[in-house]
Order: sequence, then C-alpha cells, then structure tokens
Amino acid sequence: MKKLLQRIYLFLILLFLYAPIIVLIVYSFNESKSRAVWQGFSLTWYQQLFTDSKILNALETTLLIALVASVIATVLGTFAALGIIKMKKKTFETVRTITYIPVLNPDIVTGVSLMMLFAFVGIELGFISMLLAHITFCTPYVIISVLPKLYQTDISVYEAAQDLGATPFYALRKTIIPQLMPGIVTGFLLSFTLSVDDFVISYFTTGGHVENLSMIVFSMARKGVNPKINAVSALLFVTVMALLLIVNKRELSSKRHANKSKATLLNREKQILSMGENEEK
Amino acid sequence: MSKRRFSFPYLIWMSIFIVVPLLLIIFYAFTDNSSGKTVFTLEHLKAIFEPLYLKVIGRSLYMSLIATVVCFILGYPAAMILASKDFAKKSTMLILIVLPMWMNFLLRTYSWLSLLENEGLINRFLTSIGFEQVQLMYNNFAVVLGMVYNFLPFMILPIYSVLVKIDKSVIEAAKDLGANSAKVFGRVIFPLSIPGVISGITMTFMPALSTFVISRLLSGGKITLIGNIIEQQFTITGDWGLGSALSLLLMVLIFVSMIFINKYGDESVGAGGLL
Repeated sequence: MKKLLQRIYLFLILLFLYAPIIVLIVYSFNESKSRAVWQGFSLTWYQQLFTDSKILNALETTLLIALVASVIATVLGTFAALGIIKMKKKTFETVRTITYIPVLNPDIVTGVSLMMLFAFVGIELGFISMLLAHITFCTPYVIISVLPKLYQTDISVYEAAQDLGATPFYALRKTIIPQLMPGIVTGFLLSFTLSVDDFVISYFTTGGHVENLSMIVFSMARKGVNPKINAVSALLFVTVMALLLIVNKRELSSKRHANKSKATLLNREKQILSMGENEEK
Repeated sequence: MSKRRFSFPYLIWMSIFIVVPLLLIIFYAFTDNSSGKTVFTLEHLKAIFEPLYLKVIGRSLYMSLIATVVCFILGYPAAMILASKDFAKKSTMLILIVLPMWMNFLLRTYSWLSLLENEGLINRFLTSIGFEQVQLMYNNFAVVLGMVYNFLPFMILPIYSVLVKIDKSVIEAAKDLGANSAKVFGRVIFPLSIPGVISGITMTFMPALSTFVISRLLSGGKITLIGNIIEQQFTITGDWGLGSALSLLLMVLIFVSMIFINKYGDESVGAGGLL
C-alpha cells in the first residue's frame, strides 16, 4: 500500500513535469488554428516552418552558432584544462573561481554584462557578439568535463614519448588527448546543447536581425499561443532531449552512477580535485 | 616542461569576457555620465531603494520565497521516495527528473500557456463539466506556478543526493532503540538531510529571483520582477546605471548565498548546482 502511494506520488510529479511539454508537442500536430480544439492530425505547422524564411534563418543561426561556439569552446577549454592543472594551487583556485562565474551567475547578469562589454569596445551587436557570448558560457563546461579525466591521465607516457624524441605537441596528440577524449566529447556535446538551448544570454547579446530559435519563440509567445511556435518548440525539445540523453548515456557508461547533472558533474570534479590535493601532500 | 602556457589563450579570453564585464557592471553601477563627464555616484544604488523599485524587489523576494516553499513541500517527499533503496528503475526516474533542469526555461514556460489560457485546455475542461471559466493566467498564481514548474528538479536533486548518502545503519540503530517512523524521520533523517535542503532552497530561490521570462510570459507583462526591470533598462530605457545596480544586487545575493551554502549546505552539490 505504502509502495503504491509512493509510486503514485512520483508519477504525479513526473506528470507535472512532462504534461505541459507533451501537450505542447501533441498540439503542434493539430490541424486547427484555434489552440485547444483538436481537429485531427496534420503536419501543416511543420510545413509552414520550412517556408517561413524568418524561422529558417533563425534555425541556421542557431545551428551555426552552436557548432562554431562549441568547436572553439572545446579547443579553448581543453587546452585551458591542460594548463590549469599545472598551475600553483593559489593561481589554480583563482582561475577556477573565475571559470565558475558564468556557471553560477544568473544568465541575465551574464547577458547584460557582455552586452555592456560589446558596447564598451565597440563591437556591434549581431552574429559575432552572440558567438563570442556563446563561446564564453560554453568553455567552462568543457573545462569542467575535461579536468576530471585529466586527473586520471597517466602523465608518464607523455614524458616517455618526449624522451623518445617526440615533439611536445606530437606527444600530446598521441598520448594525452586520446585519454581525454571521453571528457572532450562530453564537453563538446554539452556546449552544443547549451548553445542550442540558450535564450537569455543570446537575447541580450544579439542585435540587428540576427535571432536564434528561442528568440523567435519569445517574440511570438509574447503575443500568445501559436501552433507554429509549438512546432518550433517541439523540434527544439526533441533535439535537446536527444542530445541530453546521449550525454547522459555516455556518462552512465563511463561511470556507473545514474545521477548525472550539472550538479553532479561539478561535484565529481570537486571530489577528484580533493583527491588530487591529497596526492600532492 | 611547463604546459601552463596551454592555458594562456583561455586566460586571456577569461579576462576579457568574464572579468571585464563584471568590472563594467560595477563601473556603470557607480558612475554617471549624463553631464558628458564620467563621475562617481551613488545615485543608482539609492534609486534601488526608491519605493517603486523597493516594491518590485519585495515582490520578487516574496514570490520566489513562496515558490521555494512549494518546491520544498513537493520535492522533499519525492526525493525521499527516490532515495529509498527498494525501488526498481531508479536511474530512469532520476534521469527523467534531472533532464528538465537542462531544458530551455523559455520553452518550458511557454508550454504552460496552452494549458492556462482563458481558452486553454484546463478552462475547456472546467467549462465542459459545467464550471465557470477561471482566470488562471496574468496573476501571481501563474507566475509562482511557472517558478515551481521550472525549479522543482533543482530542489529534488540536492535533497536526493544527501538522502542516499545517509548511512542506513544509523536509521536501523534508531529503530532498534525503539523510535517509531515519525521519530526516526524527525530526529535522524531530516537533521541529516539539512545540507541538501539548504542547497535545494538556494538552487530554487536564486533562479526564481532573477527570472524575467516566467513573469513576462505567464503574467503577460502585468507582474514586474527584478529581472524584468533589468531587462527593461537594457533593452528599452537604456538606463544602464540602474540596470547595473540591480544586477550588482543579484550578484551580491548570489555571493552571500554561496557563502551560506559553503558553510551549512551540502558542499558537493551546493556550489556546482547553482545555475
């Protein structure tokens, strides 16, 4: 009896969390324009998406920004992690604290502060500024994903490779990078997901007519429900959900813990960091 | 061999795009150049304490507080059930609860529109079974509901992660010594879970306090929170001084809550989970 009640309770919580999303997706297939009446299955709204040049542009912007930002963030973040780990403890702590700022700050503060930076140095708000902003908030997640792997890495192979005459970069490419690969890929996927998903920071750091999908959703949603936004949202949900499941699955297979989230990712880094500190002593 | 130089590009990036923007917030919050010259001023900070804005800050605090309490009441039992070990498919459940944490707040908020609208699903259902149409949107209720919906997973997760770590033998010992379930909970489980509760409260309260999307969409712009004021200063009014001062206030609140978490919260989830 108690068990049944517990299950019902969890079910209700999950229903609360997922029902609105499911309703939204279901109604994106509704033929009727009036929102709450079901008039049969149709792909009208999806077809309309692909003829709407504004939405297509936004889709292009979203994907292009996500791809470029996550590639740059991955390279920047991986090298950052390689360097940070060699720093003295005090410097390391400082860099780490600053790296966490974009993760901890409310998005709105990150957004407006970057907006002021772009205005201050005279970068016009648009594609470039949005790209720079995305790289900025993605890189910390790459560092957070790569650092734990770096602690598990065997440095002696790298040193051996150099002793045998490999150049530092060649040794790095052949010994360290392969060991870090799982962390690098996770960092890349996280960056891509966060970039596709971002609204608030993009909202403040773009201008002109450069918009991503979330911004289109926002500007249309202010005028109320619209089946076209349902279709865009449904596509975004499914994409992000798929990406997240991939990230989670990777995490699951690399470590047995089920509990993977931003919180636990950072948590694990902390544990490993404290392990590293102990070893130093 | 020093690999430290590998991090130089990032260090430069970090300085320009993380450190300088924060300094700019402080700069704009404390200066005024309406006269053409940049001068130090405390006017923006004073402006925060004008009745108009004080009311908004009060409202933000009040609504975030209610949302946090509701999240706690809903989330604690859920975390407890998840943490009880005799439970198959636990990892699937956990992923299902955690996934929304990562998904777009804007989309998740928007998804409530089609339910809450006057012509929305809930009202259609109510009228079809003979009730009057209820105004579900454009009020405090809708905004608090949006906050609870968006931030509930942030309450469940830290409490869960503390609860699973509790040594089962402590609970068994309490039972052996004659404590009933209520006493075991009140004297053993709950006190041990307080660090998770504190982390959960902060992780719910802070994003609720800084949101502008939830209030904008679910109240149709009728209810103004701190986030909405900041947004207006930067997109419409152009008063960066006031916007920066309010952003600074949010950052100080975050900073204080971080210290609080580090002192009393569950460190392992505290700092990292805040979004």
